[in-house]
Amino acid sequence: MSENDRDPKSDAEEKAPEQEAEASDEVAAEAEDEAKKAEAERLAAEAAEKKRLAAEAKAAAEAAKPIWERDPSPPTWSDADDDELVIALRSAFPDAITSARSFEDLTLVVTREAVFDLAKSLKEEHGFTYMVDVAGADYPDREERFEAVYHVYNQSTDRRVRFKVSTDEDTPVPSLTPVWKGCNWPEREAYDMYGIRFEGHPDMSRILLWEGFNGFPLRKEFPVEGIDTGSAIYPEYYEEAQGPISGDGTGWKVPKKPPVPPAEETAAEEASTEGSDSDA
Amino acid sequence: MGLTDPAEANILTTTYDKVFNWARRSAVWPMQFGLACCAIEMMAVLDPRHDMSRFGSEVFRASPRQSDMMLVAGTVTEKMAPIIRRLWDQMPEPKWCLAMGACATCGGPYRTYAVTQGVDRIVPVDVYVPGCPPRPEALLWGLMHLQRKIDRETIVTGKGRSAA
Repeated sequence: MSENDRDPKSDAEEKAPEQEAEASDEVAAEAEDEAKKAEAERLAAEAAEKKRLAAEAKAAAEAAKPIWERDPSPPTWSDADDDELVIALRSAFPDAITSARSFEDLTLVVTREAVFDLAKSLKEEHGFTYMVDVAGADYPDREERFEAVYHVYNQSTDRRVRFKVSTDEDTPVPSLTPVWKGCNWPEREAYDMYGIRFEGHPDMSRILLWEGFNGFPLRKEFPVEGIDTGSAIYPEYYEEAQGPISGDGTGWKVPKKPPVPPAEETAAEEASTEGSDSDA
Repeated sequence: MGLTDPAEANILTTTYDKVFNWARRSAVWPMQFGLACCAIEMMAVLDPRHDMSRFGSEVFRASPRQSDMMLVAGTVTEKMAPIIRRLWDQMPEPKWCLAMGACATCGGPYRTYAVTQGVDRIVPVDVYVPGCPPRPEALLWGLMHLQRKIDRETIVTGKGRSAA
């Protein structure tokens, strides 16, 4: 123990001539320190135990509540390969399910070839009689960029399952309208917005936009202000190539991106780019 | 206007313009349709608090054939635009158009593929009322502006635009 560590009281006692007394003081101080440390550890352990018990009690109280009164907790992804439904479906349709995970609800990724039979089995053998929604999704980086996402619901077991089929621009996916009639309009909407084609659909036409609309507006590359305007939409009111036009014409203008300066000159040109921004 | 000798027979002399404009501005019958939330404010204009009938415009007609003014209250989508144009074409002259709110004026917040960027892309607009949505008082302000505009017209030059 260095002199710096000693408290003023022991410094005062050091003036006494006896070395032994000093030594015994040091031992006593060390013992006192250890006792303090042990006491602190005991208190910390007690506090941790208390906290754990409180957390357990809270969790038990939460679990006792009905589900709509519980504190919301964010769902997390987990594997669902040992789920009963997944096992049953896999034994009936080997190789149909490429991924089975759970995010509160079961999420299956299904191959295009098997989705129709699997959907039929879900409805007729597993009781998923209610088709909640069909959604489209666009992942431009993937090889098969589009996904059709089906949500189905079992009303007797209160269980939801979502299953996805992926496709590209040209390949149609089998329509599930023959299985759930409620798929009719949502599939048309997915076609309208993403251009996903459904094979076997009774009426594969646009539902929200008009026939002849140029492009599929929820694709990532679609310009939000549209491609066609003026005479392209209203040929009866505008002459050929007349009327408000998008792009760099006289109507809507696509905002120009400010030029990106070279890396070294970024700091120097910051002021000037800010100036041009305020001009715009 | 002036009184002449046969005043005892209740005869007034005036110009055609004054009589016609007085008649037209005092009974601007709007066409009854609403496209979005602006229509709610348009309905509020008819209530006793604001009372559009003070200006002779309370008679909303359900048919374009009986209407004088097209009150475009709300967002005009590209899918709706041809129908609005057809209604406009069915209205008899003289007719006026009032664009109510930001959407009908210029597309408002919706600068998208689905929304017409202002109803003036398909029909000629006489009065623009800004707001999102405009207060009922603002719509009355727009109606009064339209009445002032009608007062300036003459039967010689008309409204200065083609019948199309």
